[in-house]
Amino acid sequence: MERKIRVLLGKPGLDGHDRGILIVGHALRDAGMEVVYSGLKQTPEDLVEAALQEDVDVLVLSILSGAHLALIPRVMELLREREATDILVLLGGVIPPDDAGVMVREHGVAKVFGPGTDTRDIVAYISERKGSR
Amino acid sequence: MKESAVDLYKSLLEGDRRAAARLITMVENGDPESREVLRQLHRYSGKAHIIGLTGSPGSGKSTLARGLASHYRQEGLSVGIIAVDPTSAFTGGALLGDRIRMQELSADPGVFIRSMGSRGALGGLAVATNGVINILDAFGKDVIMVETVGAGQVEIEVVKFTHTCLVITMPGGGDEIQAIKAGILEIGDIFVVNKSDREGAPRTAADLEMMLETKPGYDGAAWKPPIISTVALEGEGVVELAAAINSHRQFLEESGKLEEKTIQRMKAEVREILSQKVGRAAEEALTSEGPGEELLRRMAAREIDPHTAADEIAGYLFKGTRD
Repeated sequence: MERKIRVLLGKPGLDGHDRGILIVGHALRDAGMEVVYSGLKQTPEDLVEAALQEDVDVLVLSILSGAHLALIPRVMELLREREATDILVLLGGVIPPDDAGVMVREHGVAKVFGPGTDTRDIVAYISERKGSR
Repeated sequence: MKESAVDLYKSLLEGDRRAAARLITMVENGDPESREVLRQLHRYSGKAHIIGLTGSPGSGKSTLARGLASHYRQEGLSVGIIAVDPTSAFTGGALLGDRIRMQELSADPGVFIRSMGSRGALGGLAVATNGVINILDAFGKDVIMVETVGAGQVEIEVVKFTHTCLVITMPGGGDEIQAIKAGILEIGDIFVVNKSDREGAPRTAADLEMMLETKPGYDGAAWKPPIISTVALEGEGVVELAAAINSHRQFLEESGKLEEKTIQRMKAEVREILSQKVGRAAEEALTSEGPGEELLRRMAAREIDPHTAADEIAGYLFKGTRD
């Protein structure tokens, strides 16, 4: 029986920059994961529904607009509503260090990966957390 | 069947989307429990109309699938979409991007979209896709669309056993038509010239028509595959395409071909499952504990040839099943 780690890449909010998340996506793909990308300008509702339909292990979100304080709590709330808190949520983009702490402590984001992160660290983190479901 | 699988199966029949998603994952992974679930689900499936979409990368399959899905939703039908993208043979990973073209469907609970990597182990794609179709069928979807990259025999196998197979092409260079030649001309029930606002569209349609007319058995065929021009991005031609799909469904029902197709699909399913079983049994027979070990040594010593060895292993595998 072959199981693969499935990941949804999500771009919540209105910023149009997906270069970063796509580089992460390529790294995850090259590490043997199945990576679904749903494109720009997604609502939290879109993303949570897609994550459930795709039955992903990991939801990787990228926000460069500064709207993380509004969007992330909503995503996490919807995941709780749908009893899908087993999905590992990672966040990247432009997140000020103070906010990153809030995301993790108060909202249940597993980890924030900021600019300059080595993609191998992200691969290693996901593999460690979701390598054996 | 374990508790969790029973729960999922019940929740699926009650319309729980997450249960459907979970079961699909089990089928994709070849989880042994999924077989039991599929066994139970079989009697609930068989109601959906299954549409295959194939064609070269960039021809607009996902955008057309979105257009058709919106059309069917307006008619009050529920829709399932299975979008297959290639898995890297080197890393086993895949980047699945078909959802990008289907964004406007994501908020609609009447549409279930699932992206699949082709994975490609031992013809597993056809088995897994059929399993996923059966899940969405039992889940109550009225229309199920299966979208594959039109390259590779396995993917052709997948769309071959849908009720209506759309072959999607676009204008621009002879390459498109060349690509179509390679085996999928035979499986298309409807041909689509997408991006038909581009230069050369009438020529592409005419080329297609000529190729279809010279196709063996075309004259006698009761169903003449229509060629539909669309601009999927603008939604142009989608209504005509849906009407053509409807006509094909009617033709299948009236000519008795629907049953024939269903039998064909069952045959393909059982054949795939069987060949997987036999393949696994053969692998086991060749491992160090199996009877193949001794034969392999004798082959290496040139005492016995591979054909004779294969006959002996086949005899071992099928003992008691024949005579």
